[in-house]
Parts: sequence; C-alpha cells; structure tokens
Amino acid sequence: MFSGPSSHTQTVDMVMLYIVGISVILLLGITATMIYFVFKYHRNKGHKPVDIHGNVLLEIIWIAIPTFLVLTMFYFGYMGFAEIRNIPDDALVVKTTARMWAWQFDYANGKQSDTLFVPVNKHIKLEMESADVNHSLYIPAFRIKEDVIAGKVNYLGFKAEEAGIYDIACAEFCGLKHSMMYTAVVALSQDEFDTWLNAAPKDTNTAVTTDSTKVE
Amino acid sequence: MANGTVAVSEKTFYEESTNKYSGILSWLLTTDHKRIGLLYLYTIGGFFLVGVVLGLLMRLELIAPGETIVDAQTYNSLFTLHGVIMIFLFIVPGLPAIFGNFFLPIQLGTNDVAFPRLNLLSWYVYIIGAVLVLISLVLPGGPIDTGWTFYIPYSVRTSTNVSLAIFAAFVLGFSSILTGLNFITTVHRMRAPGMGFFRMPLFIWSLYATAWIQVIATPVIGITILLVILERTFGVGIFDPALGGDPILYQHMFWIYSHPAVYIMILPAMGVVSEILPTFARRTIFGYKAIAYSSLAIAFVGYLVWAHHMFTSGISDTARWIFSLLTFIVALPSGVKVFNWVATLYKGSIDPKPPLLWVLSFIFLFSIGGLTGLVVGSLATDIHLHDTYFVVAHFHYVMFGGTGTIFIAGLYYWFPKMFGRMYNIKWANIAAALYFIAFNMLYFPKFILGYMGMPRRYFDYLPEFTTLQEISTVGSWLMAITIIIIVTNLIHAGLKGKKASANPWGGVTLEWQTTSPPPLHNFNRHVEVNHEPYDFSQLKELEYDSK
Repeated sequence: MFSGPSSHTQTVDMVMLYIVGISVILLLGITATMIYFVFKYHRNKGHKPVDIHGNVLLEIIWIAIPTFLVLTMFYFGYMGFAEIRNIPDDALVVKTTARMWAWQFDYANGKQSDTLFVPVNKHIKLEMESADVNHSLYIPAFRIKEDVIAGKVNYLGFKAEEAGIYDIACAEFCGLKHSMMYTAVVALSQDEFDTWLNAAPKDTNTAVTTDSTKVE
Repeated sequence: MANGTVAVSEKTFYEESTNKYSGILSWLLTTDHKRIGLLYLYTIGGFFLVGVVLGLLMRLELIAPGETIVDAQTYNSLFTLHGVIMIFLFIVPGLPAIFGNFFLPIQLGTNDVAFPRLNLLSWYVYIIGAVLVLISLVLPGGPIDTGWTFYIPYSVRTSTNVSLAIFAAFVLGFSSILTGLNFITTVHRMRAPGMGFFRMPLFIWSLYATAWIQVIATPVIGITILLVILERTFGVGIFDPALGGDPILYQHMFWIYSHPAVYIMILPAMGVVSEILPTFARRTIFGYKAIAYSSLAIAFVGYLVWAHHMFTSGISDTARWIFSLLTFIVALPSGVKVFNWVATLYKGSIDPKPPLLWVLSFIFLFSIGGLTGLVVGSLATDIHLHDTYFVVAHFHYVMFGGTGTIFIAGLYYWFPKMFGRMYNIKWANIAAALYFIAFNMLYFPKFILGYMGMPRRYFDYLPEFTTLQEISTVGSWLMAITIIIIVTNLIHAGLKGKKASANPWGGVTLEWQTTSPPPLHNFNRHVEVNHEPYDFSQLKELEYDSK
C-alpha cells in the first residue's frame, strides 16, 4: 500500500489509512457495544427496563471527540490535496485533449501522441480540454484525477517517481465507449524520454513530418 | 390518555370509506390518508421491484468482462433507469409517502392530514410522473442513457429520450413538494390537545425536517430540468459551452437540489429507527432532544455541502476546501444519532423481534456508509475515489443499507397495524440474517474495486477486477432470494396471516393505542396527550398482547 509510483500515491494512502483506521475503530466500538447491550439486556433475563432520558456530558463528549477527529481528517485531506495543486513553474506542460472516446497529448515541440509519455522525477502539468462532452482523466496508480470539462481548461499535476506503464481511465460518463476510453502513462528516464520526444513518428504522414522539422 | 370511552364503531378503514363508492373507486377517489398511504405502498413497492430487476440485470452483465448479456448502449440505459427509478420513484417518496401518510396523522392523534384532497392529488401527480418515465422507454430515440445525474453537455447531445424522462422527474418533484406542504401544515395545526412539539414522536420530527427540504430544495431541480429541456429543444445556451453556456453551472444547480435530496431520503429512515428502538427496548429514547435537533441540523447544513460532488470538476481550490470542511461538519449530527440509538439499548428490556433485527443491521450498514463518507469528504482521497466504485459502494450503504433496510424494518414494524394481520416471525428472522449477508457480499467488494481504480458506469472492465465483480454478482442473487422471501412472507400474511392485536409489540406511541387496522377516523375516542412519546409506564393501562 505504501510504495507507489509517485510520492503522492503514498500521501493519499496514508490519509486513507488514517480515516479508515479511525472509522474501523468507531465501527467496531459501535457494533460491539450494540451487540453487548442486546445480550446483556435481553428480555429473557427479566431486567426491569430503566428510563434514562439522556446525559448532557455524554452528548458533549460524542460531539466534541468526533469534531476533533473530523477536523484532523479534513486537515490531512486538504494537505494531501494541496500537494498536487502546487505545480512548479518549470513543470513540463502537456496539452491534453479528450474526445469521445480517445485521448490526445500534445507536446511543446509539436509531438503528438495518444499515449502520455513523461520523464520520471519531473513535475508534469496537464492542461486539459474537451472536444465534445465531459470526461475525466484518472490515473489510479498515482491516485489523481481531474474532470475534463467542455469549454473549460482544467489542469492536473503529478510527478512519476518510478519508471513504468500505468493505466489512464476516463472517470466521467461520456457515452457508448466510456468504459473503453483507456490509455496509458509511460514514465521513462529523462534520456529515454528525450529520445522519444525528438524521434520522428514511425508513420510519417506530411503533417507530422513538418512538425518534426522543428526539432533541433 | 383519556381511557375507557365507549367505542363508536367497530369498522376499520378498509370497511368504511370517505366517499360513496365501493370497490376500486372507493380507493382511487379516497381522501383517507391511510388508503392513500397504501396506494403509495403498492405503486412505490412495485417500482422498487422494477429497480431491483434492473440492478440484477446490471450485475449479471458485470459477472465477466466484455459483453455478457446486453450491449453497451443497453447497459448505459440500464444503470440510468436503475438510478432514476430507485431515486425518484422509490427512495425519495418512499418513507414519507407510505409510512408518513399512514402514520403521521395517527401519531399526532388526529384524523387526517391538513389537506386530504391535495394528498390524493400528490399520489396522482406521482402516477403521472411514473407513467411519463415508462413512456420515455418505448418512444423512438430509446431509453435515456445519461446516468441519473443528466450531466451536460452529454445530456444535450445524446439522441435518447432525455427531455421526457427528466420532465417526469420535474412532475415527480411536485408530488414531493405537495406532500411536504401537507406534512408541515399538519404538524403545526393538527396535533392532538396536549401534544407539544417535544411530545411528538421522533418519526414526526424527521418527517417535519424532511418536509422543509422537500418544499425548499425541490423547486431548484424543477428549474434546472426546465432549463435543460429548453436547451435541448431550442438550443438556448445556458449550460452547453458549444452554445455559450456553462456545464459547471449545471452541476451546481443539480447538486443544490440533489444533495439535500439525499437527506430527504435518509432522514425519515432515521425517524423510523427512533420509533422501533424504544418499542423493542421498552424504555424511553436516549437523548430525545439531541435526536430531534440533529434532524434539523442535518436538514440545514445539508444545504451547504452540495459541491462535494464536484471536487474534481475544476471548481476553485478555495471552494474545494470550504465544501470539504462543511461536509465533515454535516457528519456530526448523524454521529450524534447513532450514539444515542446505541445508548437507547442500555438498560432496556430488549426483545430482538424482526423489526429490531433490521434496525441493528441498519446501524452497522449505515455506519459503514457514513464513515466511508468521511473518506470521500476528504480532498486527497476523494480526488482518487471520486466517480469510482468506492462511491457506488458508499451511497448504496447509505441509501440501500440505510433507507432501504429501514423501509423493510418499517414494513415489518407497522404491517400488523396497517393490515391487521401478523406475518411469520421465523421466516422474517431468516430473511433478516440472509439480508445482512447478501448486502455485504453485494456491496462491500465495490469499496475494494473503487480503491483499486475501477471507475463507475463501466460496461466493460479490466481483467483484474473480475473476482470481486463475480462475488458482487453472486451477492445480488442472494439479495434477490432474500427480497422474494420478504415479499412472499408479507403477501402471505396479508391474505392468510393470523389476526394481529391492537398492540403486538408493546409500543406506546399513539398508533398502538387504536385498533389494528385503525378505524376510518383513526381513533374511536377523544385523544388527549399527557405523556412524552416513549413513556412505557402507560403500557400497563394499554391493551397489550404479550404473545
């Protein structure tokens, strides 16, 4: 759970573990108490029921402690979120276009791809636009997503820390082939990435050839 | 309670009607809140079963990757209709329209709601809305395929029958508003002498809080739907960016209703829990005022958290943290309720009859639903889990594990009162156990699937998700068997069950102080209240059948 392809993966998993951990303790406490009472005060045992109308101290306790707990959850959640929103200025910008039902990634040198290639250990900023309806770019391995909203530029930042190939899914319903709108993010070492970025595409149609002439 | 007044009539509301007709017309033209409640029970119950069948078909399709029984377009319509039917035709009207109609006047010690004819009208409005949904399925263009959230621009561009289906939701909204108005007025104006607000049963408090949300929030979805229809018909350009509109504006307007609507769905269920627990623990509720006020707190704060459905939509980071914080705050009153419910079992005399078994199930399932709400309320984790199966699991635990479970609990609690007959307790116990197993098998795997990264509304999926999908599908079959047992038991009881006494459980709220089923005007005597709602010292005076 705590080794992931990006440091953000670990952040999210830690926040998740914190909230789920407290939740499991609360759930077990509630359930165990409930079951204990049902057996202890079962009618067959012939207890005379006692009318207890409430207890102000208890009400204060079970408002105050949960309030404290949820505020800490909010805080950790916010800090984890802020981490992916602070994208340094030198981040590699990739223009991302979503359409029914494919992804397109454009690099500054004109290189175009349907798969997202990125160098490891470098901040990436996806500037995302939709050509038709809403989509959502979701990389489960990095624990990130952001909707791609028609008529609006949304951005998503991340940094891959381990080379590898990770799924990209569409997470906002977009029609017939929504569930097939998968592609991948390929994290390469900086050298490999540079080689890829500057290589001419295999299928040399004119438009792309023109683009590749821009490369030094 | 004034006791011992001479009984005026032995006839039940089944034998005496509010109009001069007999047979089916005496039902279709009735203004008796009890008969209207039953009309709702049959129609809403019917649509619930339709929604269940759609859900079973979805689960069957998902038993293996790729196409199994339906194609992608059909699957997209299936999950949309499952959502539309379950939300607009079952869970929003469900508890208020059925149990609220039947028991709100009785629990208040009065003979009907404030506006009986309006009450009948809201049933007809419901029926019109339901018929429109059905018509939208068969017209050319095909069934709606947008998901129940109808997000723009997809819902403007798809060629399926979106306009008619959402117009149905618009119509259904009026049914909801009218019921809400009726309940608010009834609570304010028609309480029996001696029944102050703090002598009202907690079910009434929850219906009262719900009614305010229905009246205030529902018009927002009405306006939104009309705008979408205008957009589709005339290309006005309010939401679709291709026409100069803003799709985020649509999401705001949709959730400004649809988040409070979540509390329309759950609050009445919380009220039923607060009725069943004291009866089977035979002691007063713990923290009456805390539970009553927490209903109002939920109703109020519930208005202010809508944008937590939009944490990944590109709203500003400021908006995201504000709505995240408010979302955590709205969790607190629900927590207060759970703690008070558990404390109500303390030093009681607990008789775990079927309605209580379902309530205990509810506390467990609803707690999971609520606690996983914290996971998706937190920003870092929601960015990962938004629009995945984790969210699907979360809201099924809240809506089905919460409201659905209590719908069954309420049926099993009030059935003897409504129909004057008792069901088979042994089979009810078996069903309660099966329900708990089936439910967790059906929905728990979805939490793991979501964490693993499976997005929702997927016709097809990656091979690594197969095992968990299979477990979930098998759980759906077990759930189907359970529902068949539950329904069969009740239908059999309705036709051939043993006669139920006026007070089979030993309850003390007013519905247990009249015959089963009640007479046309609910009580054959003058009702006056001089007790708090859950004062079991009255039990000695009441006719109570301990078998």
